[in-house]
Amino acid sequence: MATDRTWRKPPFISNARIRWTIYIGALVYLVLAVGTMEINWSRVIEGVPRGQRFIASFFPPDFTSRWSEILDGLYESLWMTVTSTVVGVALSIPVGLGAARNLAPLPVYLFCRAVVAVSRTFPEIILAIFFVKVFGFGPFAGFLALSVATIGFYGKLLAEDIEDIDPDQAEAVKATGATWFQWLNYSIQPQVMPRMIGLALYRLDINFRESAVVGIVGGGGIGATLLTAFDRYEFESAATILLVIIVIVMAMEYSSSWIRQGVQ
Amino acid sequence: MPVSRRGQLRVWQRRERGRQLAIWAGWFSGLAIFLYCWKLISDKTIWLFVIDAPKQALDLAERMVPPKWSYMEALWHPVWDTVNIATLGTIIALVIAVPVAFCAARNTTPSHIFVRPIALFIIVSSRSINSLIWALMLVAIIGPGVLAGVIAISLRSIGFCAKLLYEAIEEIEPTQVEAVTATGAARLQVLSYGIAPQVMPAFAGIAVFRWDINIRESTVLGLVGAGGIGIQLDASISNLAWTQVSLILLAILVTVVVSEWVSAKVRHAII
Repeated sequence: MATDRTWRKPPFISNARIRWTIYIGALVYLVLAVGTMEINWSRVIEGVPRGQRFIASFFPPDFTSRWSEILDGLYESLWMTVTSTVVGVALSIPVGLGAARNLAPLPVYLFCRAVVAVSRTFPEIILAIFFVKVFGFGPFAGFLALSVATIGFYGKLLAEDIEDIDPDQAEAVKATGATWFQWLNYSIQPQVMPRMIGLALYRLDINFRESAVVGIVGGGGIGATLLTAFDRYEFESAATILLVIIVIVMAMEYSSSWIRQGVQ
Repeated sequence: MPVSRRGQLRVWQRRERGRQLAIWAGWFSGLAIFLYCWKLISDKTIWLFVIDAPKQALDLAERMVPPKWSYMEALWHPVWDTVNIATLGTIIALVIAVPVAFCAARNTTPSHIFVRPIALFIIVSSRSINSLIWALMLVAIIGPGVLAGVIAISLRSIGFCAKLLYEAIEEIEPTQVEAVTATGAARLQVLSYGIAPQVMPAFAGIAVFRWDINIRESTVLGLVGAGGIGIQLDASISNLAWTQVSLILLAILVTVVVSEWVSAKVRHAII
């Protein structure tokens, strides 16, 4: 007997009880979260004309009045990006080799994994605060913060890539009587190299973006210029800096994807 | 096979001579650029401070232990704020990212010439500016506080979520969409019955992934005044209250580890 049964889309979470617990829990959380937020609405409304002025200053951006300061900050950011990526990648090669379980003995493995975990935990900006305290203001502190962050990122990915290699090739090279360095150079390195070049370019990209913020805590670079611009409510030069950052990031992204296609 | 001759002997080489030279030239110019940048940074560095650094670091470490545990009472609310900034920011970002992603995906965009470039531009500009810079901007405009943090996090996350989501949409199976279309479904029905179920797992994964990143980022937003535990961190550092700083760092560490655990659990449940 055909009753009027209509088909309904199956829900994403099939267990009804879990589904409703999640829905109700999410609702309660949202009410609590929004309820405990302290928002000064009068200050927000006050900011509306300021926001309009900021958006207006993008059309057209003012490239002339603060251009030499912007250029200085930008150069510093670029130097920091290049040096920290090179040093970070160079330092993360031994760390990555040590953190690969199929290469390193257990104590070395644990030590290198600990190095990776420690440098990955804190955001670049917190590292930068401490390096500024210890090494003084300027791009050197920013350079160190970005290098340390690079070690955590690159070392971890390198180690994972080495753990995933094809062991047959490594065994074949070892069977020829190669020394440890020859073995590394002819069996491990060619297998991980294409991906590692791609990751180094990706990290270069990240380091440039981060170099724009370490300046906020005194680590040098374009961030310091940007902070000054906002502190003085000079939205025109702030808009210019943001546009320059966007253009450089876009250029880096396109060129790195182009290089990666060439390598792989 | 690349071979070099040494008298009568033929020696195997890994690469042809031209290729080898090109690779060396690449390394050489890379090294030159690096050294040039290094020199410029070194010119701007006061090396006396760097030599003094180990002493300073030891001194700082000494002043940071033991953490001032009683300060934790004042930290519960900032930690709660931090989690809220990340969560609400992620939710707002997802709400905006979904239409942007549908406009950016090649197979669902309403117009390749007008809408898709705009969507892609939104994605790129949101992604290339760090959340701390978004926060700096919003604090200057709408004033310090949690709201600036929430908006900063969501502005930064739109690009990330939309990019991953539109890549997922482009990879869906077209036959299912075709089948739903063949039943005479309207455009929105095709979207909700043919496309949405296919990208739902990817969507949930992206949401949790970004939430985890946002927790990390929202811990530092307070440095520019945008709410969360960063405000306490900034205040404690400027007051040189180092025992409080170490406790705050511990609190950040625990929050980040817990969020990583939660997101790993949820992702495991989805996939």
